Amino acid sequence: MNVTKRFWISLILSLPLLVEMLVRPFTGWMLPGGDWTMLILTSMIMVISARPFVSSAWSAFEQHHANMDTLVALGTLTAYLYSIYAMFINKPVFFESAAFVITFVLLGQVLEEKMRSNASGAMSKLLTLGAKSALVKRGAEFIELPIEQVVSGDLIQVRPGEKIPVDGQVVSGQSSIDESMVTGESIPVKKQVGDSVIGATINQTGSIVIKAQKVGSDTMLAQIIEIVQKAQNSHAPIQNLTDKVSDIFVPAVLIIALVTFLVWFVFLGKSVATALIYAVSVLVIACPCALGLATPTALMVGTGLGAKHGILIKNGEILEAANKLDTIVFDKTGTITAGKPQVTEVVGDRHVLQLAASLEQLSEHPLAPAVLAAAKAAQVKLLPVNHFRALEGQGISGQVDAQAVFVGTLKQDLGLVVAPALTEKVKVLQKEAKTVVLVAINHTAIGLIAIQDTPKKEAQKAIKELKQQGLKTIMLTGDNQAVAGAIANQVGIDQVIAGVLPIDKAAAIAKLQQTDRVAFVGDGINDAPALSQADVGIAMGSGTDVAIEAGGIVLIKNNLKDVGRALKLSQKTFNRIKLNLFWAFIYNVLGIPVAAGVFSGIGLVLSPELAGLAMAFSSLSVVSSSVLLGRSKI
Amino acid sequence: MIKIISLLVGLVVIAFIAWWFFGKRSVQTGEAVVDADKQSIDIKVKGGYLPEQVVLKKGIPATLNFKRLDSSSCLDHVIFPKFGINQKLPQGEVEKVEIDTSKPGEYDWECSMNMFHGKVIVK
Ligand SMILES: [Cu+2]
Repeated sequence: MNVTKRFWISLILSLPLLVEMLVRPFTGWMLPGGDWTMLILTSMIMVISARPFVSSAWSAFEQHHANMDTLVALGTLTAYLYSIYAMFINKPVFFESAAFVITFVLLGQVLEEKMRSNASGAMSKLLTLGAKSALVKRGAEFIELPIEQVVSGDLIQVRPGEKIPVDGQVVSGQSSIDESMVTGESIPVKKQVGDSVIGATINQTGSIVIKAQKVGSDTMLAQIIEIVQKAQNSHAPIQNLTDKVSDIFVPAVLIIALVTFLVWFVFLGKSVATALIYAVSVLVIACPCALGLATPTALMVGTGLGAKHGILIKNGEILEAANKLDTIVFDKTGTITAGKPQVTEVVGDRHVLQLAASLEQLSEHPLAPAVLAAAKAAQVKLLPVNHFRALEGQGISGQVDAQAVFVGTLKQDLGLVVAPALTEKVKVLQKEAKTVVLVAINHTAIGLIAIQDTPKKEAQKAIKELKQQGLKTIMLTGDNQAVAGAIANQVGIDQVIAGVLPIDKAAAIAKLQQTDRVAFVGDGINDAPALSQADVGIAMGSGTDVAIEAGGIVLIKNNLKDVGRALKLSQKTFNRIKLNLFWAFIYNVLGIPVAAGVFSGIGLVLSPELAGLAMAFSSLSVVSSSVLLGRSKI
Repeated sequence: MIKIISLLVGLVVIAFIAWWFFGKRSVQTGEAVVDADKQSIDIKVKGGYLPEQVVLKKGIPATLNFKRLDSSSCLDHVIFPKFGINQKLPQGEVEKVEIDTSKPGEYDWECSMNMFHGKVIVK
């Protein structure tokens, strides 16, 4: 029989006892049949609703274990058996105590079970997100296959309104895709040929064909689910104390209850009944389940809430560490900056950009895409180029409309004629940490293009928020001091550590750790050692599998603001754990002495049934406090 | 007289509780049965876990067959923190839990209230 049924049965059977207890003081009314009726009702409760407690307690006892069932079983059995004995020697009975304790404890368990399934709800939702089937190209046509049969390399058609079945790349068509279930970002993302798509996200507007890249347990959704499941069932270091306490707690309570009885009966000379009531109250109120539930439920809700917003916190240890940070170190390229150089200034007329772009379209230089993108944005037409040449370390040259065109760096030895005003401008731009490209016709400079890897638009605000949280911000980069310093100034970072080779990043973090507790925010493959070295490694973007593996916190969106949100979420969750533990401890620390009658001198006593109610509410309040955490904004 | 007897009995019971629950005792260890590149072991969930410690061979896919015969709500889930497993154990039914045996080591499991514990040893 399940807990809910047991609860209803014991509630119905104990109602007459409740009525009598409430009415008798005023009217003297008693149940027909008196003690005998009470005995029968309570016996039924004991047999139907309480027996599982007793049998669990007994099998635990055989294994040298004791748990909450031990306390409930011993408490109610004592009250019940004593009352039978008292009945036959004509002394006051307290059957209702046994009946009510069982009812209240079961009520607590019923509600607690509801709450706990509530707390883990976010997770089961994630699990059902994936698509069940896919339209896969087999031969010449697309046929519907179960998702398990899709292999990497398959071409899959996704129609509007359908779920993307697996992780892949768009090979034809374009669409906008709602990725909110994975990234937490509510704005749909435009996708065209060459873009990556994530399984379980929803294709909204167009029909696209994707090439499957990751299937089964390799997909991002599968990885996210795995990370969240591990996190939700992990331990936080703050839990260590309760882990130790839980082993000895129940036997210790048994001893305390016995001592309570002996003190009241033997030393204070009270009746057996009074001494027993105190002892039973101790047994019933001391249930350790609130203590046991305090951390896991909050962890479950906190990490689940994060996952909903694209913030994965790997485990309780990381969550706790994220609360004790002094310094936060950022990788530059791709983390603070967009990682895509952009043209920031064009000096000269429209011709400058046109000529530069015409030559750059033939070039493989990393800065070429920036120039081409700027030309596209300005809608200039590209011209045909003859005699194209790449000049190692200098630039590129070619013939356009019978004129010799050069695009490259400003160097004295190239024999270019450069107006003094342009030379001045180059110096100014270089001070701003921009890469400057000169455009010349027939050896005479006609203009400049300045290119820079610009900070992400949210960077400044995100850094400011972190500083407001009292964190010191540092930028770690392989770039030179001038470039790095300029970016740092723009976004308001406190300190720059420049010229650090990728392999030395972890060592730089270790050095900072001598005095500070350090978080590192990065995205690339070469950031993995630094991510692992830091007290808290925060991997940005969907990034690489290596980064996801190495990071303690994974931010699925490539948004810097999530760094602050992740830290805030950790704080909220950790504070909730502390609050839960505080109440659970306080409750036992105060509850046991009250139940034992220590404060009876000032009239503060607990009857066993009140103790049962209090015990039910203690675990309930802890679980509901955790569930409430899920409603908070991050 | 009755008080003195009560006191003595009480003290004896206290001593018994301390000895029974806190005294040293040996842990029941079970070894998984290997059968054609698979290994499995039955674990009875009743007042704790029987056996409480399971030895598995490294590299062979392993299944722990949990069977809960106890109505206690403490024991209604079994949790392996390191594997991220949180498995519901319906009463009276056999629940299979797959264990990753690729890395040797000790992996604890616990009940949902963290009061009962068990351990998997992969070697
Ligand atoms: Cu309890």
